[in-house]
This record gives sequence, C-alpha cells and structure tokens, in this order.
Amino acid sequence: MKKDILKHKLVPDHTILSETEAKKVVKDLKVHPEQLPKIKVDDPVAKAIEAKPGDILQITRKSHTAGKFVTYRLVLE
Amino acid sequence: MDIEKVEKVVKKKRTKFPEKLIYEIADAAERHDLNDKELDELVKEIKKANQRAGVENGEAVGTVAAQSVGEPGTQMTMRTFHYAGVAELNVTLGLPRLIEIVDARKKISTPTMGIYFDEEYSADEEFVRKIANRIGKIILNDILKDFNVNYANMNLSIEIDEDKVNDKRLEYDEIIAKIEKAFKKVEIDKNLLSFEPTITDPKHAIRELRLLADKVRDLQISGVKNIGKVVIRKEGAEWAIHTEGSNLGAVLKMEGVDKTRTSTNDIHEVEKVLGVEAARNAIIHEAQSTMEEQGLTVDVRHIMLVADMMTADGKVKSIGRHGISGEKASVLARASFEETGKHLLRASIRGEVDHLTGIIENIIIGQPIPLGTGSVGVIMKEKK
Repeated sequence: MKKDILKHKLVPDHTILSETEAKKVVKDLKVHPEQLPKIKVDDPVAKAIEAKPGDILQITRKSHTAGKFVTYRLVLE
Repeated sequence: MDIEKVEKVVKKKRTKFPEKLIYEIADAAERHDLNDKELDELVKEIKKANQRAGVENGEAVGTVAAQSVGEPGTQMTMRTFHYAGVAELNVTLGLPRLIEIVDARKKISTPTMGIYFDEEYSADEEFVRKIANRIGKIILNDILKDFNVNYANMNLSIEIDEDKVNDKRLEYDEIIAKIEKAFKKVEIDKNLLSFEPTITDPKHAIRELRLLADKVRDLQISGVKNIGKVVIRKEGAEWAIHTEGSNLGAVLKMEGVDKTRTSTNDIHEVEKVLGVEAARNAIIHEAQSTMEEQGLTVDVRHIMLVADMMTADGKVKSIGRHGISGEKASVLARASFEETGKHLLRASIRGEVDHLTGIIENIIIGQPIPLGTGSVGVIMKEKK
C-alpha cells in the first residue's frame, strides 16, 4: 500500500539526492537549501521513499508546457 | 530525426531547451527533411525566439498571474450549481468552486470521486456493481419489505426483502451481524425481526418507540465512511463509479480499484493520501477544468504559479488572509491587505522590523519599488 501511491498519476517521480548531488544542485541554482520549496517528512511520498529531514528530493514533473520539468524540495521535520 | 541528434546541436549552441521543444524540433526536422546545416540554423533561430519569449528577471509574475486568473473570473457565473457529467450528481462549478480551490477549504461543498478499475475488472459489470454497493451508503430502510410500529405490544417488527438484498449484492449474515451489534433487544426469526426499546419508562414509551423506529431505519449496513450516493457509469469500454462524498484513502485500499487513476476533487484529501506534489497537480487540474468548463481559457503557467505558491511550504495553504498574503514578512504589506489594526498592534508589541524589500511597503513610504529595473542594486566590493 505504501509504495502504491508512487504509481498514482498525480504523483510525480521523487528521488533522494546523494550529498554530492545535493551540493551540486544548491550550487547550480545559487540558493541556500532553505530557499527551496519544502516537503514534510511525514508526507506520504517522503515516507514511502524513506527520506530524512535535511535531504533534498529531486522531483521530475510531467509538465503541460515543458514536457518534463525537474525541481527540488527540501525535506523538513 | 532522432532526439539525440537535436540534443547534440542544442548543446553545441550552448543553450538548454525544454524537453517538449526538442521533440517539436525533431518532429519538424523530420517533416521538412532538414539537413545538418538547416537544422543548425533552425536551432539558432529557436534559441533567439526562446530567449525572447522567456520572462525577464524582476518581472512581476505574481501580479500578472493574479490578473490573468481574476479577469476571466469576473465573467464566470456567480452561482452555478451545474450537474456535471452524470445528471444525478451535483458538483459545485464556476466561481464558487474556483474560490474554494484558492481558499484551500478544509470542507469543500461537494466532494466527489471518480473510481476506476484494473484492466481485468473494468469490463466486468457484476464486479463493479458489487464494489459500488460496498462503497455506497446503504441503510436498513433500503432493503425492507415491511415495517410496522406496534403500539399495542410496544415493539416494532420489520421484514427484510430478500430480493432487494440480492439485488444489492449484500450478504444476509453480515446484515444480521450489524443489526445485532447495534441493537440489544432484538429477536431474529429468519427474515422477520422484532425490536424493543431499551428504555422502558412508561412515561416516554411512545417517544422511545418512535426514536427506535428512526434509528432502525437509518442503520447503515454497507458503505465507506463519508461516501453517500454512488453512480455507476459506462465510459467507453469500461465501467466507472462516481460518488457523492469522498474517501480516497479507503477506496484506494480496495481490491480491483485502479490505484493510478482513481481520484477525488478534495485537494486536502489528495495531500493527505498522496502528498504535496500530488496536491499541486490536483490544484492545477481542478482550477483549469473549472475554467474550461465555463468556456474560459487561462494559460496554465499562471495556474501553475498559484499552485506552486500554495504548496511551497510542504502543505497546502490558502491565498489570502490566513495563507500567503497573511504570512508576508513585511508588516506594512500585511497591514495594507486586511486586518490593519491587528497587524500594526502585534508588530509594535513584538518590535518587528520592516526591511522594506517588497513592493507594497516601498509604495507606502514613497520609494522606488524593487521591480523590473528597480530591482537592481549596487553592492560595493570589499577591499582586500
């Protein structure tokens, strides 16, 4: 059940970035991690992929305008 | 033409295109049979056009979005209680619905679900009807043949209609179990049941009996919590269920239900069951379909911005007093929006400082606003 929601058409792909990837993302976007949009640890998707507070999630959305759009969210308590 | 080749040319031009644009270029190159040089030229021109089309730094995208959603909103019918899709289901549409979405209401006025089934069951009408009866609310009154309040013996007798039970694909034993659990003084003789009130105070005997009669009739014997009426509909080759009321979490757990397409129009429920990102998608979908249903078109980008702002904190928050506008960092900006006194008083008690970084506060004190060319400042380089 927990993993089932990841297949739902409303839920885009979430992946946890490794520390080096996260650093690169923050550097490329020229932001502090706290300036990223947030996601809660108790969010059903964050729970399903077992994200921890402080992780940065890469979210690959299907977009009407761009086809595919990559964005990031910081996991919060 | 293959995508990789286009991607290579795009990379050579030192630019980044969205995926969809690359597909479109590849498609066009294929159609017109372009050679390498022509493709090169095409990408060069598209690079220019793409740059021109982009939003400039410091542009007030929020204001533009607000106006672009607001203006068509004035043309919407003020009160529409349309019957969308199925004639039997009432769904709030038009301006009231749009306001509901933007306000992020906890309790929406007409929650509804669209339930779809896995491939193996989607054409199986019998299976879908069985599930529909498990989901939809059925009360004891729906399956009665006879109902009698006997004032002489101070009891009431009912007769369960077997045909109706079979028609609704219910299990007789389950019904009896539910009744026995809910009422203590009950005698069961096959289809004939007789109830007696638990309180036998002779003063209120008649009132008690009548109350009991209502309670017996309203006993829910089947259904998922928060879901009322269900409508079964054939959509193309498959069967689908539409409901009045919504409980996404419970329905997704049911066997045979398609766990990818089944959805609800309640955004908070989507957030609870599927997460913020899904809620963002739901806001976009609901807002856009509400506008489209009224024959109005708004560029999705504006709605996407609204949805992005509403979900930026990891939870769905409203626009307006209790949400985005009410959480602004600047005291002056908040005070100029709503509840002026409250914000000024609180700011003075707490000793808040306004850093004058926004638009509104700078207009109030009569300074150039940080927007467009005004958003550029000068920073001095420290001497080393």
